[in-house]
Amino acid sequence: MDASAPALSVRDVTKTFQTPEGGQVHALDSVSLDIADGSFMVLLGPSGCGKTTLLRCIAGLEAPDSGQIDLRGQRIDDMPVWRRRVNTVFQSYALFPHMTVAQNIAFGLQMDKVPSAAIKRKVEASLEMVHLSGLGSRKPSQLSGGQQQRVALARALAKEPEVLLLDEPLSALDLKLRRGMQSELKRLQRETSITFVLVTHDQDEAMAMGDQVAVFNAGRIVQVGEPREVYLRPNSRFVADFIGEANVLTGRLDTYGLVIESLGLVPRDRLLDGTLLPAGPVHVAVRPENVTLDRDPVGTAKVTDVSYVGGDIRVEVQTASLTIVSRVPSQRVAPPSIGDRVSVSFAVESLCVVAD
Amino acid sequence: MGASGTALETSDSATSDSATSDPRAPESRTPASARRQRQAGQGSWWNGLPGLVYLVALVLLPLFIILVYSFLSRAKLGVGVKWQFTLTPYTELLYSESLSGGRSFDPTYLQIIANSFWYALITSVVCLVLAIPIAMWLATRPPERRTALVFAVTIPFWTSLLIRTYSFIIILNDNGPINGALRGIGLIDEPISMLYTPFATVVGLVYTFLPFMILPIYASAERFDFRLAEAAYDLGAGKWTVLRRVVLPSVRPGVIAGLVLVFIPALGSYLAPELLGGGKSSMIANVIAAQFGASRNWPFGAALSVLLLVITLLVLIIFAIVAKRASRAAGRGGWEALL
Repeated sequence: MDASAPALSVRDVTKTFQTPEGGQVHALDSVSLDIADGSFMVLLGPSGCGKTTLLRCIAGLEAPDSGQIDLRGQRIDDMPVWRRRVNTVFQSYALFPHMTVAQNIAFGLQMDKVPSAAIKRKVEASLEMVHLSGLGSRKPSQLSGGQQQRVALARALAKEPEVLLLDEPLSALDLKLRRGMQSELKRLQRETSITFVLVTHDQDEAMAMGDQVAVFNAGRIVQVGEPREVYLRPNSRFVADFIGEANVLTGRLDTYGLVIESLGLVPRDRLLDGTLLPAGPVHVAVRPENVTLDRDPVGTAKVTDVSYVGGDIRVEVQTASLTIVSRVPSQRVAPPSIGDRVSVSFAVESLCVVAD
Repeated sequence: MGASGTALETSDSATSDSATSDPRAPESRTPASARRQRQAGQGSWWNGLPGLVYLVALVLLPLFIILVYSFLSRAKLGVGVKWQFTLTPYTELLYSESLSGGRSFDPTYLQIIANSFWYALITSVVCLVLAIPIAMWLATRPPERRTALVFAVTIPFWTSLLIRTYSFIIILNDNGPINGALRGIGLIDEPISMLYTPFATVVGLVYTFLPFMILPIYASAERFDFRLAEAAYDLGAGKWTVLRRVVLPSVRPGVIAGLVLVFIPALGSYLAPELLGGGKSSMIANVIAAQFGASRNWPFGAALSVLLLVITLLVLIIFAIVAKRASRAAGRGGWEALL
């Protein structure tokens, strides 16, 4: 198979659910997505945006109303679940409670009619891969949440799927464990070079783990790209807001440049793609770390809130009509205090014109 | 698991909290014995008194009387007992005494016990085979409809078992609706004799005990996490494998409870063999009833009762052992995991 061809290709997949009240919800609205072989794709979005439905359609646990899903060029959306070379790590782990850890992992291999000597070897290898050697004879109920998570992972990976689907696998773990598992998952993905598709609503997790991030909103994919690209160049107000924090300002684009109310004018040639954008009212996103505040007794903004976020200071200021958030490393400057007057400025290159 | 573990910890800390804070409470100046706070999960032994009275008066005492009677002699006219110790009732189980006074081995009663076992076994198996799909179907209905459907399963309990068993005489007899329907569609010319056959007995038993199999299996199936079935499909299992290796092991507690609830009362059932079997397919309970009635041999009836009791206990012990062994085998899969 030619290396550039996507491992998984989703074309115009639509899925509608009936609500109990008789209405209809578009869980997926003509979604298309290509996932490169051996990559780590994160489907990111708020709850109810359709990302899990897409995962279930790929796994075969849900049938799309229309559209097509291909795995390495072979159509799979009309295949029964058990014939797809795709495995899932479930949010609830879904470990079989009456089986031991080893039996759980062996289950999928038995389904593939792997000889029992080979199953034994593979179970051992899988347990070692997730650092659970020696726990094969335990029941899932005797393991901690984090260990159960690893068993679920080992069980799915033992089958050596073409694509591994992970449905919010870390959401039940506490923060510290989650950080550890994030790098663990990335390591496993690199070592096995299996294509991973992970669903999450946590944008930090998406940024930390994905080679590519697909941002979902209301049943549609609104932006796909590398985490950095999606962060720096959000293509819509939704993405700018959902990923990280953003100041979204209203402005107007005319023939000369961008006019932001009460803040100033930016010539078109200094904006990214500035010469291509049509004139009219626009939104402009600015990340808090690109907002500079200077103490200025006659400044137009007044500090309303100061807080420490990790190693940064987050400062909220209020101008005549806007609330603007700024973020600077705490070592760099002495923090302003509430009530201080400041002037606000942006790095022009960091401005990003976004669709509504 | 996590959730229950947390609950335990909370209750632990709650009790230890109250234990440490109690002495500091103002009430603690009154005598400690009078003011002692009752901890959750601890009741006074008085609370058990009604149950204790019930057990002693209505279970242990009658059992004791039966046990005593089984070692006494037959009364002159057969009603009651003569207070004279003897083992005759127990030897009568295996030997019959001829008029000339000689003893010979008589398998009649062993045969009846074997019969009872056989009927109880068939009843349990048929009930199990019918109940599993029904229970699974119930458990997969939307929650708001489940309640009504489970309610429907209990409808037979609304009338007396006697009346319901009589109704099967009407259903199964030569001119009943089944024969009528079969003749109506021209499948048969002569009616099929169903009433007063072993078949009728088993039909009656299955009808009587089916709800006792459905309800416990349903209770287990309702708690089944269907995401486990999804996981099994995802790992490459087909429908039958999912049923055999994931669903059935999960409803195992319900199956065991159902088997106990069906097999044991079926072993001692009286009405179905009496009314539908026509006396031709007697079970042990019919023989016991006859000893206290027509045959007027109370000690022998008592000995048969003791025997039934011992058999029932043995069956329960075997169930417990098999269940324990099977739970260890459950993970390996296979039908033995069901038990």
